Amino acid sequence: MLVLRSVSKTYPGAERPALAGVSLDLAAGRTLALTGESGSGKSTLLHLAAGLDAPDAGEIEVDGRRVDGASDAARAALRRDAIGLVFQQFNLIPSLDVGANLAFQARLAGRFDPGWQSELTARLGLAGLERRYPEALSGGQQQRVAIGRALAGRPRLILADEPTGNLDEPTGDAVLALFLDLVRATGAALLLVTHSERLAGLLDARVHLRAGRLG
Amino acid sequence: MRAAVVLGALVSHWRRHPVELATLLVGLALATALWAGVQALNAEARESYARAAALLGADRLARVEALGGGRFPVGDYVALRRAGWPVSPVLEGDLPVGPAGLRVIGVEPLTLPAEADGYGVAPGGERVAAFLSPPHLGLVAAETLPGLAGVAGLPPLAAVGGLPPLAAVGGLPPDTLVVDIARAERLLGVEGELTRLTLPAEAAGRALPAGLAGRLTIVRPEAADDLARLTDSFHLNLTAFGLLSFLVGLLIVYGAIGLAFEQRKPMLRTLRACGVSARLMSLLLLGELMALALVGGAVGVAGGYALAAALLPDVAASLRGLYGARLPGTLGLDPAWWAAGLGMSLGGALAAGAASLWRAARLPALAVAQPQAWLAGRRRTIRAQAALGAVVALAALAAFGIEGGLAGGLALLGGVVLAPALVAPALVAAALALAARRARGALAQWVWADMRQQTGPLALALMALLIALAVNVGVGTMVGSFRETFLGWLDRRLAAEAYVTARDPAEAEAVARWLDGRPEVVARLPILRVGARVAGWPVEIYGAADHATYRDGWPLLASAPGAWDRVAAGEGVLVSEQFGRRGGLGLGDALDVPTPAGPWRLEVVGIYADYGNPEGQVMVGGAALAARWPGLETRRFALRLDPAAAAGLAADLRAAFGFGPEAAIDQAALKAASTRVFERTFAVTVALNALTLAVAGVALLTSLLTLSGLRLAQLAPVWAVGLTRRRLAALETAKTVGLAALTAVAALPLGLAVAWTLTAVVNVEAFGWRLPVLMFPRQWAAMFGLALVTAFAAALWPALRLARIAPADLMRSFSNER
Repeated sequence: MLVLRSVSKTYPGAERPALAGVSLDLAAGRTLALTGESGSGKSTLLHLAAGLDAPDAGEIEVDGRRVDGASDAARAALRRDAIGLVFQQFNLIPSLDVGANLAFQARLAGRFDPGWQSELTARLGLAGLERRYPEALSGGQQQRVAIGRALAGRPRLILADEPTGNLDEPTGDAVLALFLDLVRATGAALLLVTHSERLAGLLDARVHLRAGRLG
Repeated sequence: MRAAVVLGALVSHWRRHPVELATLLVGLALATALWAGVQALNAEARESYARAAALLGADRLARVEALGGGRFPVGDYVALRRAGWPVSPVLEGDLPVGPAGLRVIGVEPLTLPAEADGYGVAPGGERVAAFLSPPHLGLVAAETLPGLAGVAGLPPLAAVGGLPPLAAVGGLPPDTLVVDIARAERLLGVEGELTRLTLPAEAAGRALPAGLAGRLTIVRPEAADDLARLTDSFHLNLTAFGLLSFLVGLLIVYGAIGLAFEQRKPMLRTLRACGVSARLMSLLLLGELMALALVGGAVGVAGGYALAAALLPDVAASLRGLYGARLPGTLGLDPAWWAAGLGMSLGGALAAGAASLWRAARLPALAVAQPQAWLAGRRRTIRAQAALGAVVALAALAAFGIEGGLAGGLALLGGVVLAPALVAPALVAAALALAARRARGALAQWVWADMRQQTGPLALALMALLIALAVNVGVGTMVGSFRETFLGWLDRRLAAEAYVTARDPAEAEAVARWLDGRPEVVARLPILRVGARVAGWPVEIYGAADHATYRDGWPLLASAPGAWDRVAAGEGVLVSEQFGRRGGLGLGDALDVPTPAGPWRLEVVGIYADYGNPEGQVMVGGAALAARWPGLETRRFALRLDPAAAAGLAADLRAAFGFGPEAAIDQAALKAASTRVFERTFAVTVALNALTLAVAGVALLTSLLTLSGLRLAQLAPVWAVGLTRRRLAALETAKTVGLAALTAVAALPLGLAVAWTLTAVVNVEAFGWRLPVLMFPRQWAAMFGLALVTAFAAALWPALRLARIAPADLMRSFSNER
């Protein structure tokens, strides 16, 4: 589902590469934890996989489609159709209410399913909050909306960047458990970036990044 | 479908930020309204000029007129017809009926050249029978008809049997009645005289018969379009003001779009993360901006229409008083004008939003939302703006140096206004930085430093305020200087205590005899006047009596030794300032004054101010003029007498000879009438000036409102360490008022520079006269007070919101700051 071959990336002005020849293979329906220290290149890898940024060298494939070298429009289409993204900062659209945020990407991809939306809303514990705006939600609630948005279009690949990093441990654990449950229910592959070895242990496999290289 | 979803998300921002939406729409509407209003006035006036110029084919026909103006005997017409000239007679005069008076034009339809018909009165036309036979159908413009209802019984008309039956026709200028020449003679009380003869342009190449050449002259159609030329400057000034207001309004739009872009950056990033291409996002942002521009523009155009309708009476009065041009009392609704107004709104929004759209198109998918960084960015921008200000100043100087003229003068004025406005925020920031360094105490340091920080985001609003205040001071100083100079000049120019104008030479003789029997009249000074064309411009030639009234009282800007002696001897001529400038005439230059006996070469021995007169004027010795202009008879007298007796004498004259109020007038009434014309001339300028200041006030208010949310992140820490919300609100108000005060102080020298440019450059180019710049400290104090009140009013609402904000909202700003 996600294949990286010898991917490198150096940011302008940086002394060393953020990623140096990283290769990785994530099969459909599998979950993979990506761990590492701060600045080890975890988020960079995730951004490159999502087509949010372009690598200096190497190849990236998502669902059999090449990401590196693709046009902005092609990368946008790939994100829309095949990828669900979850960020540490939630990144909800502040001017849309919970219901509209949840449905946003699915409607964008033309795959909005009211039944699945209702089920997601209920399983994420967001029932009754649909008309509220993000600013009126707690951090845990906002992250559940972000997870729901990523899953609503049933993407084949979920990329999550420390989705519980902004939450306290009990809330984070509860949200992650729900997240993994839902990911497995949709059959999507998951690449999850985390600091926590404990959380990494909950996934099918894990890889560790150190100074831009897989260790 | 996809576009609709994304557009829905983008538009949802405005639903959650109604103040920002209102700011944007208000900015667009105000900018468009002031511009469209001015354009509506200009378009209406120009359309009227075009209709006046095209009246009876006047723009295509040549004409024969009396040399020196006035009417000529109908026998001259008969002589020309007998000589085979295809001329047609026209009698024209003013009838004081209806709201704005009525210009009566009598024509003879059977001889009208083919080019002159457009109203169905030529032979074979559908109206010719009704036009020719009693009671003679009259033609007026549709908009003139309602104003004439019920005037038939009024004094001037009752005596001549009232108006003829009227029909509305298209293409006629307002307040104009076209009627058979026989009926026109009755209406105007004229017999056996004509105003002009029209003839096809191709027949104008022949020389007039010898017997008529000394009294009549041929005017070709291309030389006749005086109204459009004379009023050009007036309209250019209006346009300049409209453009200035438009720019001030666009500053609001620019600020609102920039802020909205930064506020929506997180959303744009999320949209990109969700798979929206940069292209689609840019297109949708552009479409959204255009839709907003259409809404704001439509409101603005409607507002512009209302503004123009409100200002039209003053503009019409100005144009009638200054140039004799007639405007209709109501505005037309030209679709092209609506389209142009909306086009300006779209173009302006595009110009104001171009930078933000460009950044959105190139926005990296990983861009981080940084509204605080945007504030910091605005601070950096003011340095770039200062550099741009220097470039603008140089460009304006270069434009003035190269182009010159009125366009160059307006470019210089633009530079004088814009360049300092661009530099001012940097100077204010520097002054505040200095104050912050010298401040003692933590709170004072914070206040100064915070004010400096605010200079960046408020720069646009402060620039708008600075421009509006400077233009306010400049225009106020110009108008005030003009008023004082004009009134002083009137005192000396209207040296005689009363003036009387007879209807014809025979009546003038009777008036003279009557006056000689009045013991209170110390002197009766005949005034001769003829019109002529010099270098293509209409010029009035006045013949003055050789009398102490002129020698001692007539205000000369420059004169050669013994000027009045040489004028009296028929060797010298005095020229008006604007005619001198237009013709490049100075003291000692020769001027050929046309007379029936051929050119009369005179030396320019003096230059005098002639404010408010768009035509050129020269003054020669009365006796010398009469000697060179056979048949020129005196119809006007200046009367010297005890000022206390002037009003009584004028009233007696009116009663004895049935004169109207303008034919026999005392000095005080004449001054009052002249002052009214003067005040009307600047009424529109003063109104636009006040509106520009109002726009700047709105700019300040909307900037403060949109920034108040972002400001919470800066105020929350100060609140957290122990300042009450109420105290913070008071400090915020004080800071805004303080910034406005600094801006107002900076506006004063800038305003004086504007006044100088207006009086020494623009007015000279536009009207041909130069004025001294006088100082009005009381006016400045009022302006300063107004700036403070504007700032206080603008700061009050955000301050009240801050004073009442829930502590939870302030705390949230800690976690929201990114």
